[in-house]
Amino acid sequence: MSFTPPPAAYRVAGKGRLSPAKTVSFTFDGRRYSALEGDTVASALLAHGVHLVGRSFKYHRPRGILSSGPEEPNALLDVARDATRRQPNVRATTQEVFDGLIATSQNRWPSLALDVGAVNDAFARFFPAGFYYKTFMWPRTAWERLYEPVIRRAAGLGTAPTEPDPDRYANRFAHCDLLVIGGGPAGLAAALAGAKAGLDVIVCDENAQFGGSLLAESRAQIDGEPAGRWAETMADQLRAMANVRLLPRTTAFAYHAQNMVSLAERITDHMAAPDTDAPRERLWQVRAERVVLATGAIERQLVFADNDRPGVMLASAAREYLNHYGVAVGRKIGVYTACDSAYAAAFDLAEAGSEIVAIVDARDNPDSALLARANDLGVKVLTAHAVTGTTGRRRVRSMTVEPMHQSVRRKVEIDALLVCGGWTPSAHLFSQSRGKLAYDAANGRFLPDAPAQNCVCVGSCNGTDDLAGAIAEGAAAAGGEAKVDVAEAPSMTGHLIGAAKGAGVGTTSKAFIDYQNDVTAKDIRLAVREGMHSIEHVKRYTTTGMATDQGKMSNLHALAIAAEALDAEIPQVGLTTFRAPYTPVTFGTFVNHARGPLFDPTRRTPMHAWAQRNGAVFEDVGHWKRAWYFPRGAEDMGEAVNRECATTRQVAGIFDASTLGKIEVVGPDAVAFMNLMYTNPWDKLAVGRCRYGIMCREDGYIYDDGVVGRLAQDRFHVTTTTGGAPRVLNMMEDYLQTEFPDWKVWLTSVSEQWAVIAVNGPKAREIIEPLVKGIDMSGEAMPHMSVREGTICGVPTRLMRMSFTGELGFEINVPADYGATVWDAVWARGERMGMTPYGTEAMHVMRAEKGYIIVGQDTDGTVTPHDAGLSWAIGKKKTDFVGIRGLARPDLVASGRRQLVGLKTKDPNIVLEEGAQVVADPNQAVPMTMIGHVTSSYWSQVLGHSIAMALIEGGHERMGETLYVPMANETIAVDVCDPVFYDPDGGRLDG
Amino acid sequence: MAKAPKVARAHPLAGRQFAGNGVTLAPVDIASRVSLRAEAGALADIGKLLGFALPTRPKTSAAKGRRTALWLGPDEWLITDATNQRLAATLAKAEPAGCSVVDIAHRNTAIEVSGPNAAAALNAGCPQDLRAAAFAVGAASRTVLAKAEIVLLRTGEDAFRVECWRSFADYVWTYLVDAAKSA
Repeated sequence: MSFTPPPAAYRVAGKGRLSPAKTVSFTFDGRRYSALEGDTVASALLAHGVHLVGRSFKYHRPRGILSSGPEEPNALLDVARDATRRQPNVRATTQEVFDGLIATSQNRWPSLALDVGAVNDAFARFFPAGFYYKTFMWPRTAWERLYEPVIRRAAGLGTAPTEPDPDRYANRFAHCDLLVIGGGPAGLAAALAGAKAGLDVIVCDENAQFGGSLLAESRAQIDGEPAGRWAETMADQLRAMANVRLLPRTTAFAYHAQNMVSLAERITDHMAAPDTDAPRERLWQVRAERVVLATGAIERQLVFADNDRPGVMLASAAREYLNHYGVAVGRKIGVYTACDSAYAAAFDLAEAGSEIVAIVDARDNPDSALLARANDLGVKVLTAHAVTGTTGRRRVRSMTVEPMHQSVRRKVEIDALLVCGGWTPSAHLFSQSRGKLAYDAANGRFLPDAPAQNCVCVGSCNGTDDLAGAIAEGAAAAGGEAKVDVAEAPSMTGHLIGAAKGAGVGTTSKAFIDYQNDVTAKDIRLAVREGMHSIEHVKRYTTTGMATDQGKMSNLHALAIAAEALDAEIPQVGLTTFRAPYTPVTFGTFVNHARGPLFDPTRRTPMHAWAQRNGAVFEDVGHWKRAWYFPRGAEDMGEAVNRECATTRQVAGIFDASTLGKIEVVGPDAVAFMNLMYTNPWDKLAVGRCRYGIMCREDGYIYDDGVVGRLAQDRFHVTTTTGGAPRVLNMMEDYLQTEFPDWKVWLTSVSEQWAVIAVNGPKAREIIEPLVKGIDMSGEAMPHMSVREGTICGVPTRLMRMSFTGELGFEINVPADYGATVWDAVWARGERMGMTPYGTEAMHVMRAEKGYIIVGQDTDGTVTPHDAGLSWAIGKKKTDFVGIRGLARPDLVASGRRQLVGLKTKDPNIVLEEGAQVVADPNQAVPMTMIGHVTSSYWSQVLGHSIAMALIEGGHERMGETLYVPMANETIAVDVCDPVFYDPDGGRLDG
Repeated sequence: MAKAPKVARAHPLAGRQFAGNGVTLAPVDIASRVSLRAEAGALADIGKLLGFALPTRPKTSAAKGRRTALWLGPDEWLITDATNQRLAATLAKAEPAGCSVVDIAHRNTAIEVSGPNAAAALNAGCPQDLRAAAFAVGAASRTVLAKAEIVLLRTGEDAFRVECWRSFADYVWTYLVDAAKSA
């Protein structure tokens, strides 16, 4: 059904920079509106006379559009492109309209105009500051079931989308000589000066166009041309320079150490049909030699009764809506100000045809030039007057005007009220950079003082309010000079912070300071009365400044009101911390590329594809995918593992051990270094032989283990656990670099140089031997625990004879790019002879049958080699190794330590749960004294009964004892035994 | 002396290619790689075996013919030979002079990243300053690409070689494709 949106009644012909020819349409709460390309949702709604756009957080009061920028506390909408691309809490004042945009108001039910929650407003006296702390104290369980769910539904902003975000996001690290934040007059001048000096310059501005405050300008001239055009010319000049990157729609939101600044660039949010490959947003992590902060200033509201009705708006915003967007925010407009700048808005609107009912100026003697001009335009100015109230539910209908020093009230009909309490310099980023602020009492503002990094503030964020001065300051900050002639720039003189007339001490009106969190002037005073004397406490008690706008408009008001209540000076009350992000940033921007397969690296071995083709089920081991078991037909995991174990023990099994960590230790001091890092002695290990090594930390606890082969006098091939590879190398390097820097020994990770094919079982030798050249693999020539170098299938190999199953075993190390080819060749022979592939689960079972520990499963960082039954691996004659002193600590040599033992269940069919606790007396009272726990537990097919390993207090002295494992439904009796369950004399290692 | 194996090497990224948005990615075959750890006293011997002097300044490399040596640390270099598989055996002769020569030909794999947006794509995950003044042609650095360690070598104005450990190649490639699309 075709529908022609109604004309935009408040669009003023001939005003603004948008082209009337380029129209788009969007919907707000289901109703279709027209807009011009370049409109924000706010400007487009205002063009149609729509001011009511939301309900407030706590009292559900109707709220309108207060500002024209990122400081907007009220006009937060849910903005969607389609069903899956939806974002809550979008500021209508910064979201550009695109064709088809769907905007929806939030925090209202059933509709924006009729909101049930508004009953809160009537009961406001029951919701004072600190209300949550006082009211919902009891009973405790009601928090979870009643209070919190109800509060969360009633008080809150939009709802988060539930579907995955289909958009793409990107990241970019960048370096530059000069980062200019803010593309207003001072920023543009800084950028051009820097660029002309040959610096690499990045300039970012949160708006679509560069120009900053000049976009709202109508009369000011710079060097004889309109200020807005001057800004366009400057931006064009910068755009044409190769050493400048202009980033519009980009918010600098965090200033970190070492001049690192994070920027969020919004790339597609203004487009109707973005390229599907284009990221929606990009995070820029910029490291700048020098940062110029040209972040401008933010106008404050005035704090008076009912200052929050739709139609109440910052004067500068109204001016920007008129001069940039061509929208008059009302036809009968009141102005309430304490600052000169609001006059410019009034004059512009008057000239554009709106009626300015009155300019109410809180000051006694405003600038006479302003009064004269008002007089020329027929605009009435009421000096030393105040607005002390408003009426109007969905739109402001009247303002109450009073002389400052009398109580004569007059109600004046209006449809918009422009307010201005002065300007707050945007020192957020400067403060984040750890720069100190100083209070400027004369002008009621905090200004940047000493910088902590190489950054400089210019323009109105530095308190330099005159245009020529700001431009000169900008250029100077980049080492340049700019002298411009400025005519008719508006003055920013005058301010009022804290409560205005009618909202001061003793009043009960709702004079809002923080619109988004519904905090009023009297809430601040209540907080002070209740003992909050630091602004940090006042902030948390009242939640002022804690909304998503972080109190950009409210913080100074809150401070002034608290200071007044405390009878203290503003600087004494303190200033709350400015925290990143300056404005909210999407999760997508932070996460950027790290989604789906890029969330974390997935590491695969060279033989991964074979395992996949052969039906492997994989398990995650750190970043690695390891083949867990290879089910055949309808086998479940247990059946597959039983078969893999049985076949390996009866015939042979092939196993991918490539993920094991490997370190090549090389140099004349290699053996001395090995003696130091491992508990074992290495001097007598012959070239060509291997040894199982244990590594401890200084505290004497087991850190890692692995088989080490000696390839030459000065060359060791060290293996580590899969998970331990990086930390073992780090610890080794640490000792080498910090304790023994003079030793001639070097470490190189070769974990991924070598693919490792383990072949275990009685037929292992028979399977491999024909493929190997240059190595005598006979039992005599190549005994258990030896290593040889030769070739297999024509490629070099380090062939190790070792076993983690208890069977005759070989580990074939080949350069990784050959891994798959050699595996195929070994498999081709082995398969004919009945060999099976086996996965990590069968490996775990077979090693447990032999009582071989797995570091990190049977040890937990508190287990010594003695505890693990590995005293034999400690060189008795050694005088030093890492952990030797730790092992002598009294508690490590005390009796009663938990020691590794085997457990056999009395009922052979019961497989214990790993982690289950063990007790000596099952009939004792609960809580029982636990004397240990199960570390490994499996069904052993070859033994026909379950097996388990456990750490038990004094375990080595308890052989044969019966202990108990109490479980939820039964208590399982177990016998303590030696952990070597299978082939205790090791005869099978020889096949 | 053993002959070069007849078995073909399986590049972990074999068969992959990407070109778009000003970025071209291609797996690169490098015959030899050596991790060299050496004392200053051994550098002369190594230089003779190598055919040129090792670079000694951070972030630099030196090259002659098919061989390139990348400075990775005060006593650490990555040396590659594009076509000859016997580099490790050649350089091992210098070990008695005080160094460690370890063959890592298969540990790493390489990707060539080229095109006008090559640096931008890399900077999606690599925090290094890749402006020409800071990272000129021939510059080399062990650094990171997002969560993977890489060694980066600038081979041309708009061309880089990225080396990473074999099992990280899929991650690095996938990341670079994602980065290239949004560069």
